[in-house]
Formats: sequence, C-alpha cells, structure tokens
Amino acid sequence: MSAPHDGTTVALAEHKSQTESRLERVSRSMTNALIPVVGAFIIGGLLLAVLGRNPFAFYGNVIDHGLIGSLGRQETLIRMAPLLLIAAGLMIAFPAGIWNLGTDGQYVMGGVIVAALGPELAPHVSGFVLFTILFIAGFVVAAIWSLIPAILKAWYGINEIISTLMLTFIGLRFSAFLVKEYFYDRETTVPQTRVLAVADRLPRMFSSRVHIGLIVGLVAVIAVHFVMRNTAFGLRLRIVGMNPKAAIHAGMNMKVLTLAIFTLSAGFAGLAAAVNISGVDGVVRAEWNPAVGLLVVPLVFLARFHAASVIVFIAAFAVFKVGGESASRKADIPNFMVLFMVGLLLIFMALGEYMQLRSSRKHQS
Amino acid sequence: MVLASEITPTVELIGITKAYPGVVANSDIHLTLLPGEVHSLLGENGAGKSTLIGILSGMVQPDAGEIRINGKTVRIHSPRDALERGIGTVYQHSLLVPTLTVLDNLLLGVDQGWKLGREMAMARLHELATLLDVEIDPSSIVGDLALGQRQQVEIVRALWRGEGVLILDEPTSMLTPQGAEKLVQVVRRLVSKGLAVVFITHKLSEALDLGDRVTVLRRGKIVGEVTPDELHNKSRLQVTDEVLKMIFGEKSDASQGTSATQLSDTAGETFRVDHVSVKGDGPHPVLDEVSFALKRGEILGIAGIDGNGQKELAEVLAGQRRVDNGEIILEDLSIQHLSIAARQAKGLRYVTDDRHGEGMVGPLSIALNVVLKRVGEAPFWRWSFVRHGAIREFARKLINDHDVRTPHEEVAISTLSGGNMQKVILARELALAPQVVVYNKPTYGLDARTTAIVLARIADQARAGVTTVFISTELSEIVAICHRVAVMYRGQLSEPISVRPGIELQLGALMTGSTAV
Ligand SMILES: Nc1ncnc2c1ncn2[C@@H]1O[C@H](COP(=O)(O)OP(=O)(O)OP(=O)(O)O)[C@@H](O)[C@H]1O
Ligand SMILES: [Mg+2]
Repeated sequence: MSAPHDGTTVALAEHKSQTESRLERVSRSMTNALIPVVGAFIIGGLLLAVLGRNPFAFYGNVIDHGLIGSLGRQETLIRMAPLLLIAAGLMIAFPAGIWNLGTDGQYVMGGVIVAALGPELAPHVSGFVLFTILFIAGFVVAAIWSLIPAILKAWYGINEIISTLMLTFIGLRFSAFLVKEYFYDRETTVPQTRVLAVADRLPRMFSSRVHIGLIVGLVAVIAVHFVMRNTAFGLRLRIVGMNPKAAIHAGMNMKVLTLAIFTLSAGFAGLAAAVNISGVDGVVRAEWNPAVGLLVVPLVFLARFHAASVIVFIAAFAVFKVGGESASRKADIPNFMVLFMVGLLLIFMALGEYMQLRSSRKHQS
Repeated sequence: MVLASEITPTVELIGITKAYPGVVANSDIHLTLLPGEVHSLLGENGAGKSTLIGILSGMVQPDAGEIRINGKTVRIHSPRDALERGIGTVYQHSLLVPTLTVLDNLLLGVDQGWKLGREMAMARLHELATLLDVEIDPSSIVGDLALGQRQQVEIVRALWRGEGVLILDEPTSMLTPQGAEKLVQVVRRLVSKGLAVVFITHKLSEALDLGDRVTVLRRGKIVGEVTPDELHNKSRLQVTDEVLKMIFGEKSDASQGTSATQLSDTAGETFRVDHVSVKGDGPHPVLDEVSFALKRGEILGIAGIDGNGQKELAEVLAGQRRVDNGEIILEDLSIQHLSIAARQAKGLRYVTDDRHGEGMVGPLSIALNVVLKRVGEAPFWRWSFVRHGAIREFARKLINDHDVRTPHEEVAISTLSGGNMQKVILARELALAPQVVVYNKPTYGLDARTTAIVLARIADQARAGVTTVFISTELSEIVAICHRVAVMYRGQLSEPISVRPGIELQLGALMTGSTAV
C-alpha cells in the first residue's frame, strides 16, 4: 500500500493552493480569453482563404488601417469612447444578474435628446457647461427610458431580456418620430436634427481628431470596476447577481436595487451617445440605428467585467472594426467580417465556458 | 487485511486520498462494503464523509487510491457511471421534480434514449417496489407524496440501473418517526437481498440501531471501527461511549446537558403574534390564525412534522412573506408591515433553514458571508468603502469561536462541509445582540457536539434576555432548551404548553393531528 505520509499530503495541498492563487489563475484567465480570439481569427482566415482572399494580407491591412496608420489609429480611439461607456454600464448590469440588452435603444433615446438640445443651448452657454448639461441629459433620458423594463422586472418579475430588446425597437421608432415631428432642422430637406457646430464640439487632444470622450470612457470603466469591487453598493449588486434569494434574506431592498441597476446601466449608454454626438456626429438623422451596444456584450463577458481587460478588448475590437472596414474594401468583400468574427468569438466563448465547466466538474466535486 | 469471511466485497476502497487547497478531506481511507451489511459512517462536521461517498458515487475524483467493485479495479468517472455500476445515492436534498409523476421522474433521471420505454420502466418500477416491499403508484404526482414515500421513490431512482450499493446521506432528518421506521424496514430488506448500504448520520443511536458495522472518520482519516461482533457482544452504553470518543477524540463532551432556566416572573411581554393568517394556493390557508405571546428571555419551541407551515411562519415573522391577516407586535409596535431590513434594525433576526438557497452566497468568501446582513455597516465599511482587514478579523474570530473547519476565512463558503456552513450561518446571527430570534431547524446537519454547543448558546442568549422562537423537528432539542412548546399542524398552531418531562408523547399526538391529548 502506497500510503502517502500525512505531512507530505498537507504540504502538497498547501503548495497547490498557493500556486493556484497566483501564477495559474492569471495565466488561466489569459488563455481563457485568448483562445476564443485566436480561434475566431483562424476560422475567419479560413473563410477568407475559401473566398480566394489572402488572409494574411487581410489581417495585415486590418492592423495597418486600424492601428498603425495615424488616421486609422485616431478613428479607432474615437470609436472607443462610446464603446467604453456602454461597457461601463454593462459592467454594472451583468454582475448584478440583469441582462440589459437594450443599450442600443437607450443610446438612441439619449442621443436624440442630446442632438436636439445641443444646437439650442450652444449659443447661450460656454463649452464646459454645455457639455456637462448634454452629458447629464443623455444619461438621464436613457435612465428614464430604462425605467420601463426596470419597473416591469422589479414589480412584476417580467424577464428583462425580452423587454429590453423589445424596447430597442420601440426606441428606434420613437426617436425617428421625434426627429421627424419635433426636432427636424427646417433648413434641410432630409429629416435630421440641427447640427452642432464643429466649434461647439468636445475639445480635442494631442492636436489630433481624438476628443476627450475617450478620457470620459476610460475613467468610467475604471470607476465602475472600482465601485463594483470596493464599495458596499457594488457588493450588494454582486450579491443580487449571485443569489437574489440571499439578498432578500439579508434585507436588501430589491426594488430599489433593481431600479438602480437599470438606470445606471442605461445611463451610461445614454452618456455614450451624448459623448459621441457632442464629439463627432453633431447630428442625429431620423432612422438612425448605430447598433453598437449588442456588440459590446460579448466583449464585456470575455473580459469578465475586469476594467483592464475591458479596455484591451474594446481597443482590439475598435481596431478590427476600423481596420476591417478598409481591409474589406481593399479585398473587395462586403463589410461583414467584423460581425462574422464577433459571432465566431461568441461561439468559441461558449465552447470555452462549456469545456471549463466539464473539466472543473472532473477535477473537483 | 484479511477478511473474516470468504465473500467478495461489493466495494473496496483502498488508500483513497483527496486533498483540497489547505485541507486533506480523505487521507488513505480503506473501507470495505460487504453484501448484506449496513455500514454506518460517522464523524464530526468536516470529517470527510461527504467527500468519501462523493468519490464512491462519481461526484469527486480522488487524488490517489483504488476502487474495486466486486473484486475488479474500476474508475468511476461520473455519477451516471456510478449508477450504471449499481451504486446509487440518496442525497439530503431531493432530486425529484415535484410537479411530475413518479414514473416521469424516474424516466427523467435515468433515460438517455429518445424512446422513453414506459412499459419497461413500469416493469422495472414494479420489480424495485417488490424488492423494497413498498407500494408506489407510478402515476401519482411526487409533490403530493409524503416525505417518506418521496424518499422511497428516491431509493428506486438510485437503484434504477442496478442494485449493488445504496448510499444514504442523513436520510432520517426529515422523516416522521413512522417514516423513519419504514425506512429502517426498507433498508433491512435491501440488505437481506444482498445489497450493501452506506448510512451517514449524526444521530448515534440510529447509526448503532441500523448499522451492522460502524466506521468513524475524523479529520480525513479512519479513527475507529466497530465490527458486527463488537456491536453484538458489548453493551449499548459501552459502544456509544467508545464511538463518541472516536468521533470527537478523548475529551468528549457531546452529552453535556443543557436546560432552560427558570423565567423570571417579572419579565414583560415583548413579542406577540396575533391571529396571523396567510392564504395558500389551494383552499387551505398556509397559516391559520396563529397566535402566541412571549416574555423577554422566553424560548418557545415549535414542533411539528416538516411542511405543516413552520417555514411559512418563520418567513412571516422575518418579513419574507406577506401577512394576509393578523398582527405581529414587537415591543408594543406593530411590525407586520415593516420590511425585512426594518425588522432587522428593530432587533428581529431570522436563522433560515435553507442555507444553500438563501442563507449564504456560495461563491463569496466565508468572511463576506459573515457580514452578509451588515453590508455597508461600520466597522466593516467606512464611507461605503470596504475594509477587508476589519471583515477578515471579525471572520477569523467567529471561525475560531465556533470551531469552523476551514483553511482560512477567504475561501469560498461553498467549499465547506454541510455542517460547517451551518456553523457559519449560526455564528453570523449569534454574534449580534438581538431582541427576538427565530430559528428554523438550527441544528440541521450539525454533529452531536456542535448541536449541544449551539443549543447551549441559544439558551445562554435567552438567559441574557433574547426572546426566541425555536422551530425544530427534533423533540429532544425542544425539550432540552424550551420553556414552552406548541405544535404546528396543517397551518394551525396549538396552544403553547409548558415543557415538562415526558411531554413527548403528547406532542407526538398533536403532530399527527390526533386531538386525543
Ligand atoms: N470542493 C471543495 N473545495 C475545498 N474544500 C472542500 C471541498 N469539498 C470539501 N472540502 C473540505 O473537505 C473537508 C471534508 O468535507 P466533507 O464535506 O467531506 O465533510 P463531512 O464529513 O461530510 O462533514 P458534514 O458532517 O459537516 O457534512 C472539509 O474541511 C471541507 O472544507
Ligand atoms: Mg457532509
């Protein structure tokens, strides 16, 4: 009988726990995130090869136009700003177990009001005040818009996945209606809001086109990360997400918390719109459907709600989106590659999750 | 080791070792299960019992060691694998779907194929019902069955793929005395047909009554055995004494007595429940005009068979369930409309019996779980910012005071053994200075010594002026610490009566609805 000495077994157990907590955990979470990305690139490359395009040239172009070229890099940084803000909102909702899939609707509703308000206010107030008002307006309008699914959830237990998705469609129609009926610019023929003058837009940085919205986005992601992990409020939200019955038993006010989760998460989507409109767009057309929010969902999950990873993934996504548009044009293929890759990413993530579940079930209880 | 008999053991566990970070749950375990024997597995909380049967039932993979089934070395990869080898487990928590019929439950749990061989299933059910010598109606809805019958269905489910070993993890804790008696008959019959049965319990008398052989684990190792010969030839008292020493080590104090102290006559009424009713889904109310009044420092026991409204009463008192009618008064203040948090602030605490469902947050550390009901409060948070140092220090103190077996306070609470989770939940409430505490089955899953300690602490708290509602299915515990006791039956609470020696018979009658007292 090869009975291990008790002492060695204990030592072994302790050794295991220590390495597990440092090196292994970091490298495991890295590989967990990288494998789906690499997988998506390989399959995407295969598809390109099947289409008779050179995948290396394509990916080379992506990097070239999204990251290396100065114009492309600026565009990437500009695109990151709203994505980061939407991600900040999702970093509140998802750990709290609330599937806010309505950020697109919230974005558009906030954006329409900001676009209507901006040119009206611009002649009367200075830059800083103007932007503060516009940011608050975007945040608040989107937050109010999210009260519908929030109340349905908190009082009637109605599933927010469906209600938030539905409200995106309603929000798109409603914002188009607002633009056509009330906010349209009488001096143009297309139905759109008045344009915020270029001089009145967000200040730019490093003598480039990149506006300070990027800073707002970065600060938001880092602040949310900190609040979720280090404050009582963040812990309450995580408890609601991990075990809502325990939250009730502990005496937490579920209705108030649910409203807070929805309004904060939606508010960041509205802020994203405010930043993008006062930074680059300056205008909203009727039938405007930017559809940016749903693409952020897998990225936030992939990053496991961690600020540094969120920033890295959003940057990579923006590079791919900006570079992908040019590369597709060059390779003469429709601009579907980005969506296709995000889809692949999702599939690989789900696969990874499944494998992990299986292996942990094998190794532990 | 040479076996006394020539029979091939059904299962041999040889040198089984399983280590978790910071603990060795099983260390070089040798265990032999013989056909026709009930093997009782005993040990304090965290001794490694669940881990060991987890290994046998394919839930946990051992780090080292060998498993032999009928003499052949095997690896058990998954619970399904174990079932197919004839090893079935009945867990504490039911795995049955209450809204489905018995037959559908059995098909659900075990059928992999597209075609649900109903006819074959009926035949198999009949076969197993005959083996168990019980009557099971395949078409009855599981939720309508009594707990004892439900457990019989669980046993059928466990043996569905083959009948070799039946593992029972604390199976009697929820049963009526009659149900427990029937279980004993079923187990006896199964072993007479050549099955091997593993029986885990914290109740020593049951382990000795039912077991042919007893093995005791402590801190992951086998520390003692009682062979069938010893069980036969020694007196019960002697065996009990020896086994207690094995379980807890030399200085065993499990049998320490606790009793309720005299209430002072001058104590004023602090807590009153007045004609509280709660409607149910069906025609019968869940709570039907429940009333009682308690003096400061009084412990009221609420006895009854599980499922007669005790849980609903506890939830109504805590604020987790709405009152349809009646009043709850704490210190002259109506509280039935207050939120859970507001009642907590008034010093009303509730110790839930559903530790997995609502008592804890599994992925969070023990440290955060002990402050689960105080999130945001000083000194654990300041200006809303968490102070990990203060939380950890507090958690370490509780872990120490309550002898929670864990490597440290930062591990996820879900890695603790069942009894140790319960210790954490009790520690969380006992650390406060409440006005009124409602305990729902507080000793569930605790070993004998911890049970005694917990009962003593509850009695101490009461002595210090805490008014207590003590819901339990264990009459012995109620008799040990309560001043008065009332019985729940079908949503109605009997008139509380003073606890005196020999009251158990009277309570037993009330528990089954018999009015002849
Ligand atoms: N998944 C796990 N991760 C880490 N430690 C674990 C895990 N499962 C069990 N343990 C540890 O192994 C030890 C034995 O636990 P086990 O559940 O086997 O005890 P037990 O004898 O069943 O106790 P109880 O009577 O309280 O149910 C405990 O110290 C426990 O903390
Ligand atoms: Mg256990």
